[in-house]
Amino acid sequence: MLTAIDMERFNAALAPSAAALESMNAKISVRDFDFFYGSAKVLHGITLDIPDRQVTALIGPSGCGKSTFIRSINRMNDIIPNARAKGTISIDGRAIYSSDTDVVSLRRRVGMVFQRSNPFPKSIYDNIAYGLRIGGMRNRRELNNVVERSLIRAALWDEVKDRLNESAFALSGGQQQRLCIARALAVDPEVLLMDEPASALDPIATTKIEELIWDLKVNYTIVIVTHNMQQAARVSDRTAFFMLGRLVEYADTKTIFMNPKEKMTEDYVTGRFG
Amino acid sequence: MSKAWRRKIISAIAEGFCAIAVLLALIPLAMILFYVVKQGFTSLNWAFFTQMPKPVGEAGGGMANAIVGTLILIAIAALLAVPIGCICGIHLAEYPTSKFSSIVRFAADVLNGVPSIVVGMFAYIIAVLPVKRFSAFAGGLALAVLMLPTVVRTTEELLRLVPAGLREGALALGATRTSAVFTVIVPAALPGILTGVLVALARVAGETAPLLFTAFGNRFWSISLRQPIASLTQQVYLYANSAYDDWHRQAWAGAFLLVMIILTLSIIARLSVRRLERMNRP
Ligand SMILES: Nc1ncnc2c1ncn2[C@@H]1O[C@H](COP(=O)(O)OP(=O)(O)OP(=O)(O)O)[C@@H](O)[C@H]1O
Ligand SMILES: [Mg+2]
Repeated sequence: MLTAIDMERFNAALAPSAAALESMNAKISVRDFDFFYGSAKVLHGITLDIPDRQVTALIGPSGCGKSTFIRSINRMNDIIPNARAKGTISIDGRAIYSSDTDVVSLRRRVGMVFQRSNPFPKSIYDNIAYGLRIGGMRNRRELNNVVERSLIRAALWDEVKDRLNESAFALSGGQQQRLCIARALAVDPEVLLMDEPASALDPIATTKIEELIWDLKVNYTIVIVTHNMQQAARVSDRTAFFMLGRLVEYADTKTIFMNPKEKMTEDYVTGRFG
Repeated sequence: MSKAWRRKIISAIAEGFCAIAVLLALIPLAMILFYVVKQGFTSLNWAFFTQMPKPVGEAGGGMANAIVGTLILIAIAALLAVPIGCICGIHLAEYPTSKFSSIVRFAADVLNGVPSIVVGMFAYIIAVLPVKRFSAFAGGLALAVLMLPTVVRTTEELLRLVPAGLREGALALGATRTSAVFTVIVPAALPGILTGVLVALARVAGETAPLLFTAFGNRFWSISLRQPIASLTQQVYLYANSAYDDWHRQAWAGAFLLVMIILTLSIIARLSVRRLERMNRP
């Protein structure tokens, strides 16, 4: 006969293998990853696996390195002078910091949405078509299809379908952010990185973005940075808590919010953090 | 109560001073425009546009050759200065701290302060002496050198005003640095760059000194780049200094036309900026 306590032990014994299972379909694997701005080390030995087609949230106090980390995944930090990465990040098993990595094709596979929406000073259509055009696509019919499909996926099509040739700046803040998401989707990435995508938006626009994230994870691996605990709890499957450049705890979102192992995590997610 | 009164009085006095300052600044402009329009407009006639200058002392004729000459000269200047200036400006904006950039920036600033007559001498040495002939090309070259620093520095300044987020957005979509610059950053700054270019062009359109020993002037019809060419400014200078009433009249007409050309350039600059800005800014 198994007692309830035995059951719990049994489950606990199973847990690591569940984690191992997950790491098998890890889309992004990070191992001992350090990051430096000049001589300042801002990420210390980050190791984690980001599962395929799930939403992983990165939380932590300001300045703990969330942006630095997420920008390392598409090597956006390369443009910062004197910045340097150590350790490995691999996507589908291929190390992205190896010398034979083509950064351009990496960034096409790993899309990014920024905190401040940054539509180009072009028409709505040209914004969405941008990524394809610089990739050499000229076929107007194909472009039309992708523009429509991307806008539909970003839940923006109905609002803009009659004014695709208007300036992207004519859109509201929330629409602009969804435009940026659509623009990222247009090049058909596998991973979508979002650095506080809703922090500048009102609650309604935020809800729209969250619903969108929920829909997108069927097809995309999503990593999102957020300062909003409710948002992390609502949209993510896994949550990583960073502090002072270290990964403190990484687990199922439920575990992080209901039953964290670390005292620091608990203090932070319950708002008791100083 | 008394404090409020004091504040109002001081404010009124300050406003008065501002108004006077504005008036003082506007009076010369208004007077120039008034005289040029009054004297120039009435002196304009069809012959002025269509006919060649008459021999010395003879009444009648026009400035057809000088009008075309001025247009050719500023076209040469634009063709030479805009591509080079924009490329320099892009380099300065992209590599702001490189050694080369600081040299270019310094050179541009020095060049900006060089008197136009000296620039004319430079063009004379470069483009006139070797072929032993004054030419439209030499004149255009002098004007190009004069407008180059303005083009370089406005291009740089405006490119640096483009938000960094746009570059990151382009790179994140798989753009190379070069394609990000030419497909996103330069187009975003283009309205401003265009104004800068047109304003610089308007400035050099009114230059006389650097043309004296480069384009030299020409009493006859010529549109050849390798021949001396007439220009409105030089013709106005020549006619205004003459002793003939009819030439004085034509000098006024020429001055009027010059002002109109410069005004048109400025207005085009404004309008094109507004059209592009509608695309560019919220
Ligand atoms: N370009 C840079 N050059 C030098 N130091 C930087 C640079 N960007 C960030 N840092 C430093 O690296 C550390 C981590 O910054 P990062 O932006 O990754 O934090 P964050 O967790 O995203 O913070 P926030 O929540 O405020 O966005 C901070 O101490 C920051 O000052
Ligand atoms: Mg950040």
